[in-house]
Amino acid sequence: MKGRDEIAQALAASGYIADADLATAISLMQLLRRPLLLEGEAGVGKTEVAKALSKVHATELIRLQCYEGLDQSSALYEWNYQRQLLAIQAHRGTDSIEDQIFSEKYLLERPLLAAIRRAQPPVLLIDEIDRADDEFEAFLLELLSDFQVSIPELGTIPAITIPHVVLTSNGTRELSDALRRRCLYHYVDYPDVDREARIILARIEGASPSLSLQIARMVEGVRKEELRKVPGVAETLDWAAALVGLDISNLHDAPETVHETMICLLKTHEDRSRVTPEVTQRLLGRVA
Amino acid sequence: MSCCGSSPEYDDLNEVARLVSARLAAFLRALRGAGFRVGLAEGQDAAALMAAGYAARPGLLRAAFKHLFSARKSDWDKFDGLFDAFWLGKRVRSRSRTIGSAPGANSPSLKGMQEARADQGGAQSATNQVPTSDDAPEGRGGEGRMEGASRAENLAEVDFRKLADPDQVAQAHEAAAHLAKIMRTRLTRRDLARRRGYRLDLRRTIHRNISHGGVPISLVKRQRKDKPLRLIVLLDASGSMSMYTSVFLRFIHGVLDEFFEAEAFLFHTRLAYVSDALKEKDAGRALDRLSIMAQGAGGGTRIGESLQSFNRWHAARVIHSRSCVMIVSDGYETGDAELLGREMAALHRRCRRIVWLNPMMAWEGYAPVARGIKAALPHVDLYAPANTLSSLRALEPYLAKL
Repeated sequence: MKGRDEIAQALAASGYIADADLATAISLMQLLRRPLLLEGEAGVGKTEVAKALSKVHATELIRLQCYEGLDQSSALYEWNYQRQLLAIQAHRGTDSIEDQIFSEKYLLERPLLAAIRRAQPPVLLIDEIDRADDEFEAFLLELLSDFQVSIPELGTIPAITIPHVVLTSNGTRELSDALRRRCLYHYVDYPDVDREARIILARIEGASPSLSLQIARMVEGVRKEELRKVPGVAETLDWAAALVGLDISNLHDAPETVHETMICLLKTHEDRSRVTPEVTQRLLGRVA
Repeated sequence: MSCCGSSPEYDDLNEVARLVSARLAAFLRALRGAGFRVGLAEGQDAAALMAAGYAARPGLLRAAFKHLFSARKSDWDKFDGLFDAFWLGKRVRSRSRTIGSAPGANSPSLKGMQEARADQGGAQSATNQVPTSDDAPEGRGGEGRMEGASRAENLAEVDFRKLADPDQVAQAHEAAAHLAKIMRTRLTRRDLARRRGYRLDLRRTIHRNISHGGVPISLVKRQRKDKPLRLIVLLDASGSMSMYTSVFLRFIHGVLDEFFEAEAFLFHTRLAYVSDALKEKDAGRALDRLSIMAQGAGGGTRIGESLQSFNRWHAARVIHSRSCVMIVSDGYETGDAELLGREMAALHRRCRRIVWLNPMMAWEGYAPVARGIKAALPHVDLYAPANTLSSLRALEPYLAKL
């Protein structure tokens, strides 16, 4: 069993600063062989967890982006119809054509099938599962418990290795209890100031520790304002990159630039007009 | 094993293991009691975790169990308290925190005093107002009206309020359920006519054309699946609405039962998500479960704050592009009317239609002059009376057009 401290360190080395809770969740994921369900607001770094995990295990990341109307043929496998038609035309009159066109050669692997057929277990990221339909969720449930796929024309394909499965959800739809129960659950919250500063340090080249801390404090202040769209970690990183790019080493030196570059954080007109220069000034005042 | 710290003799070891597993089983029961969905598989995994050395470190065990047993954010938030209470003997703050009432709403004297101050009539003392509770037509245990916010209430003896005897109440309830049923079938029938696809379905086309040697002669197309209308009902359960609450609850129960997709919320001084409780098939049992959740109903109304928490925590999940939000309230806002206006605007941006049903509207001489309703009206698509079953029925053509 890999301890959570080692996992936290490994994640940090790959550029993801995890809190102790998340490291525990990941160590459990390996111990219990359950998928991990990550919920949280948009932009708190749910997808990044899977990416970091694939770096930690030095393995492939297979991503399935869910959307409404996602079906088996784009998630699991599909026959290569064009080639099949071509083959039928080319071999007109031969008897064995049927065996040929339903063979591996004409099978198109989609993410879910690909994930169970790798020699080394990959990280399977099922992104925004809440956007898929109920039916797809039920189908996924079956796959996640058996890890085998049956293709009527080919037969049952068992898993070669069991992938590390990470699911993410933005909560736009209630997920079924069955799916929730099967997964380990982790709620990803906005990071605290200290962790956010470390994230900036790890991700943005040229950011000094003092600037990172200032940015993190500032963003914390912005999140407490009544906004329609609360900025996530991704926005923080954008902003930090913008400030570093503009050669700012101390926020107090250039309050105007700070206010102008806040468009990186505020993504609606309403929010933009709510955070006036005075508000920026007030927030800056609280930043040491 | 490491779960007991010191090194006991072997006989004791079995005994300890037995005690631990009994304790774990009790913990699972406690979790289920608190609304967690915990199955056998989770119990086994938990035991495996304890055996794997997690039991020696309570902090780690708590984090591990939290991931294992939680399934949603509400579980996530209350788990630590439950864990500490059970294993470490600390006091849990409040089991029903998420749905509990605001502090003070349950204590009649405090409530009464606040109301008395708000009431310009001020002559009645706080103690006088408390016992006016039991003139409700049927026994709704525990949620007596504790305040007399508006005098208008006692004046007009109309509509639902006339249905004093239990038989008639039952009839009204049946009618409401029936109405919900009609609404549902009318609404879903529209989808049948659309049979034209917009995209070729290659898989089925090939399958169907095997007899032509693979030459695609008859084509199969796919059509977009229609989303059924989702109805979200927000019911005001405050004191001034208490005469209507039970009838509308029955109506909502019918709606949840009959609509393919529907969600229900109850609000008074705060918002409670009641769909789960109301999805119980038996109406009586559903209302029983509900009355436990809706503690504090019958007090004042903070529509603005309730809507704010709806927008913040639930809207993204329950509202989609074919959603209709139905607010049933008299619009007597005891909180901030400006906030209500703001939140209504935010809600309106999100959903397709907002219907506001106001039982008071049919009263003679009623005009929407209360601050709350004035602030909300600009954002409402349909503002209609709902004091009789026929007025509910009149809504049907409107909903069918959405």
